[in-house]
Amino acid sequence: MAEIQIKNLQKRFGSFTAVQSSSFKIEDGEFFMLLGPSGCGKTTTLRMIAGLELPSSGEIYIDGEEVGQKPASKRDIAFVFQMFALYPHMNVRKNLSYPLISQGMPREQVRAKVAEVAGILGIGGILEKPVGGLSGGDRQRVALGRAIVRNPKAFMMDEPLGALDAEFREHMSIELRALHDRMGATTVYVTHDQLEAMQMGDKIVVMNHGVIEQFGKPQDIYDKPATMFVADFIGSPSMNFLRFHGNVEMGAKSIKLQNHKQAIPQMRVPFEGDLALGVRPEHIRLADDGVYRGAVKATEYLGTTQIVTLKTAHGIVKARTASGDVARVGETVGLKFDEKTITIFDNQTGHALRSELNEGVLGHG
Amino acid sequence: MAEVLLQHVTKSFGKIQALADVSMEIPNGSFVVLLGPTGAGKTTTLRLISGLERPETGDIVIGGKSALDLTPAQRDIAMVFQQYSLYPHMTVRDNLAFPLRSPILQTPEDVIKRKIAEVAEMLRISSKLDNKATALSGGEMQRVSIGRALVREPAIYLMDEPLSSLDAKLRAELRVELKSIQANLGATFLYVTHDQIEAMTMATHVGVLDHGRLVQFGSPREIYENPINLYVAGRLGIPRLNVLPVEVFGNAPAKAKSIGLRPEHIVLGRGKAANVTRVERLGDQTRLHLNLNGHDIITLTDVHTRLEPGDPLSIRPRNPLYFDASGARIA
Repeated sequence: MAEIQIKNLQKRFGSFTAVQSSSFKIEDGEFFMLLGPSGCGKTTTLRMIAGLELPSSGEIYIDGEEVGQKPASKRDIAFVFQMFALYPHMNVRKNLSYPLISQGMPREQVRAKVAEVAGILGIGGILEKPVGGLSGGDRQRVALGRAIVRNPKAFMMDEPLGALDAEFREHMSIELRALHDRMGATTVYVTHDQLEAMQMGDKIVVMNHGVIEQFGKPQDIYDKPATMFVADFIGSPSMNFLRFHGNVEMGAKSIKLQNHKQAIPQMRVPFEGDLALGVRPEHIRLADDGVYRGAVKATEYLGTTQIVTLKTAHGIVKARTASGDVARVGETVGLKFDEKTITIFDNQTGHALRSELNEGVLGHG
Repeated sequence: MAEVLLQHVTKSFGKIQALADVSMEIPNGSFVVLLGPTGAGKTTTLRLISGLERPETGDIVIGGKSALDLTPAQRDIAMVFQQYSLYPHMTVRDNLAFPLRSPILQTPEDVIKRKIAEVAEMLRISSKLDNKATALSGGEMQRVSIGRALVREPAIYLMDEPLSSLDAKLRAELRVELKSIQANLGATFLYVTHDQIEAMTMATHVGVLDHGRLVQFGSPREIYENPINLYVAGRLGIPRLNVLPVEVFGNAPAKAKSIGLRPEHIVLGRGKAANVTRVERLGDQTRLHLNLNGHDIITLTDVHTRLEPGDPLSIRPRNPLYFDASGARIA
């Protein structure tokens, strides 16, 4: 078990900077997600923690010990890849035993350890089967088992569910998280799937172009995004941005939106310039007396809820409402925003402006 | 644009019965989605309509005429496959123009130019028109192959999981685009997917297939709210339908064997005692995993609930779905 701390970590490949000065801390026993689009530096960060890449500069501490320049074999970390690397000619038991035997563990102990891990993963019944004939799920469990038997300090997982179809992925993600809850081992997990990150993670780091955009608990990141990138990347449909030129004063509790006052969380900074009012689809209600208007362009039925696409003075806005709410294509309807949830962004830099809503979460001003 | 009818169509491959006596009406201008797991017969249905396969029995009627004796080219259909198939040595523009320049269509060049511009705009590939097809990303190639179908005005568009290889954001955008393209053209679409969100949001009609049989055909709302059996009820809904033995809550109609509960069928508060096993915060919704006498249940709760694993909670059903021993819906 381990606590992992990253300080000013940087990685360059030639003139390309893959990771720029990252710092964060992973607590002992956390399920920690590195999230971002392809090319954002999440896998490079993971590989540096595991020792598969050496950082250009910066430090990595595992349980207080600086390991940044140490080889992978000296770090006691297990790595689970997207494509499961199993020995195809061996049976399940041998695949699980191999890492232990190669460490020189006595046979009796290996047997006991394999039995314990097989119990945790529910694969006791297939120990003597060749891995070639296993279902996708069992192969996955065996691959995890190989990582677990060594009792490493931490697990690194690079999109381990990426190759699976949606239904099975859902099932395995629940199983993986339940396994983590039983074992409590520190796990660092790379994904580009925001839903997977929200679903499984205790904490999330959101990366873009090698830079950490935000770091925190999933619900905080969702409710209080630090940047427009985060607001857009997390959530489906994404947060709506109403962009306009305007100003807000320090301490203001409303903002001028077209011709009316829109209540917002109290501002902690003044601002003048190009701004964006961010509101999530589920925080928009259709209301006859709403002064902000939109023309219904499309509705998408989702069972319990529906997504209503509207054309407004600020472009396309999406609302998620109860599927019983009436919205006819072509009609103009009033909209009301849940004012407590609104984030105001500087549209130039993309940074959220500090307010009563997000001041506890935002590091910068 | 045309109406397409399947009449008692049967098709087997060796010992496997791919389609068993399927009859279906695809109305002119409709967007019909076929839903079902791998092997249910979705793709076979498309291939039969396109003429790539021949049914053993039954008839396929396109625009009022039996199509059984027509070649694929004569059937006037456009097909988009899951795996894009483009001419690698041609530019995007020439790939899009190719179907229009075919000997059957012989479209004038100025019309081709206009069509391509329209379709490229819709699919957001205008800036890529002069690229070689191989110089595109996977998502762009797939959009070009959708574009190749859309430049034509066939009797019916057949689409086999056209969005499944795209990333989540693009998929969500193209869902809305495809739907509005179809509605604006008044085109007839038959669309295969196993993504239930695509089925719910785009379809005018959903056909649910199970082992080669069409088990239910209706609007997405009918399928979701009024499924005829347990299988259909389990195809739609996120989180998935909870199925429990009827004894857990009691008070069920005679012959009921299992009870099906969607989140909106579960009232938190009074009722049977359960325990919270996990609180899953997805941002816009919070899922509550419960254990009730050894049964796992997933439901939704307030986004900012204070419930934590281990907390006790009582639940009761409200207007749930009941099924008999064979899985047929009884209430």
